[in-house]
Amino acid sequence: MASTEPNNAAQKGGLSGWINARFPLDKMMREHVTEYYAPKNFNVWYYFGALALFVLVLQLVTGIFLTMNYKPSATEAFGAVEYIMRDVEWGWLIRYLHSTGASAFFIVVYLHMFRALMYGSYKAPRELLWLLGMGIYLVLMAEAFMGYLLPWGNMSFWGAQVIVSLFGTIPVVGDGLVEWIRGDYYISDITLNRFFALHVVALPFVLVGLVVAHLLALHEVGSNNPDGVEIKKTKGPDGKPLDGIAFHPYYTVKDLFGLGVFLTLFSAIVFFKPDGWGLFLEAPNFEPANPMQTPAHIAPVWYFTPFYAILRAVPSFFGTQIWGVLAMFGAIVMLALMPWLDKSPVKSIRYRGPISKLALGIFVVTFVMLGYLGLKPSTGIYPLLARVFTVIYFAYFLLMPWWSRIDSTKPVPERVTYDAH
Amino acid sequence: MSEHVDLGRRKLLTATTAATGAIGAGLAVSPFLASWKPSARAKALGAPVEIDISRMDVGSMIKVEWRGKPVWVVRRTPEMVSGLGTHDPLLLDPASDGSKQPEFAKNPARAQKPEYFVVLGVCTHLGCAPISKFAVGEVEAGWPGGFYCPCHGSKFDLSGRVYKGVPAPKNLEVPPYAFVGDGKIVVGAEGAQAA
Repeated sequence: MASTEPNNAAQKGGLSGWINARFPLDKMMREHVTEYYAPKNFNVWYYFGALALFVLVLQLVTGIFLTMNYKPSATEAFGAVEYIMRDVEWGWLIRYLHSTGASAFFIVVYLHMFRALMYGSYKAPRELLWLLGMGIYLVLMAEAFMGYLLPWGNMSFWGAQVIVSLFGTIPVVGDGLVEWIRGDYYISDITLNRFFALHVVALPFVLVGLVVAHLLALHEVGSNNPDGVEIKKTKGPDGKPLDGIAFHPYYTVKDLFGLGVFLTLFSAIVFFKPDGWGLFLEAPNFEPANPMQTPAHIAPVWYFTPFYAILRAVPSFFGTQIWGVLAMFGAIVMLALMPWLDKSPVKSIRYRGPISKLALGIFVVTFVMLGYLGLKPSTGIYPLLARVFTVIYFAYFLLMPWWSRIDSTKPVPERVTYDAH
Repeated sequence: MSEHVDLGRRKLLTATTAATGAIGAGLAVSPFLASWKPSARAKALGAPVEIDISRMDVGSMIKVEWRGKPVWVVRRTPEMVSGLGTHDPLLLDPASDGSKQPEFAKNPARAQKPEYFVVLGVCTHLGCAPISKFAVGEVEAGWPGGFYCPCHGSKFDLSGRVYKGVPAPKNLEVPPYAFVGDGKIVVGAEGAQAA
């Protein structure tokens, strides 16, 4: 392996030799890029990690440029966004890249997570890798939520009002906690100012730190693959996995192709449908925040709606609304517990029986349906449907120790399945 | 120097140093946490507000902002007041036992003077602003008039009491208030404080 090779960089001359005697540049490049061996049987589902990294960089860069013209104050914020859109050279593009980037981030992250569910990528020895990923997902949700307040539109205001109120359902300390989060008796200038600080400074640091930890954990245990076979078990005489290929140049080139496809679709949205059919930028947000006037229908941005549907589906008991809040956070905790709920002896869906395939299919339909119901008003048939799908959502996880154990399996091959092109 | 190392002593010193450091770190964090509480200016801006009710028509409603929240004052008609006792079985908390209001408003009218209903226009579910639907039958058949929350469909009667089977768990909150002088209400303070 790369790390065990003698480091003779110090003997090299020139700038490279000078640097490598003082900083492990070549060593790090070998360990993480040129001699990081990834399974050669990756399929299309393995694009989304690299794409998520790209979108993270896009959000950081566009975000930095947005702060140069934005003003985090209740009297100026809405106007500052209008100013960016109309008067700043290319301001509209920078802002649409950032707002569309937020939705794109969740699209690639959800597909990335689905890939892990399909191929059992959360199973040993990748439990910590999965938990770090769940940490990234949580911070990403906080980051998106706080970012949505900054344009100070009416949906920004009321969305924040609803979500911050969730903490008010906690017995005894709830009211004080909400006042502490807002720093005022309502969502005010003070709240906007601190959300700005968290969105722009604090959470990006945490996010980047978690992403680095996620990658370090990945490179420690090695990537899973569609067969769920550990390639480190079969090594050649040179100590390199026989089914592995170097990340660079093989997967950098493959990921660049994926990036091209992604950017084509992404640009189509940015240039032709930047409001994402009212899903990425909601109509009530085109008018300024008004504490006296709730929008006719409050719905969060689409990536929160599955959890929002769960929140609304649970009725209040014993004079408190906290059960819905607990169910909503519980829905995320369930995902984090996957490595311990799944008792199947095999990782990949390819070698699992019909029960696992059916369960995963039902779960995907449930998640999409909850997302749809979270966008709808809670009238007519919708609340009942939301309750049914909430029960199915939790059943998928809570019954997993049982159904994953009784399901049949097929023999897992020793080596990855791969047809040379 | 002696080769002897007193491990017990070393452990004790490490533990006490760590504990002292942890207390210090905890104390150093507290100003940062406290800085998130409402500032002196936010508290000053949250002071009581005066509302002129002398020119309100019977059956009308006015909205005033107090602490960024809408405060509603409804001058109820005699029919509205007399109708309040007629639908108790539909209500979750008709006596306002589990709801928030000043002691003087813990009655069916949820008011000091039944004619004037003062309430926070903030849904007890998740803080949306309900809409006034005073006309009989305006929301559904048999609707006696009241308030309807457009966010998640919670329903309240004309004294802000919540219906059964809706997401809101409590009646609308009645803020502290007092009648002062001629035709004025102070919201945010009660009794002698308001004068």
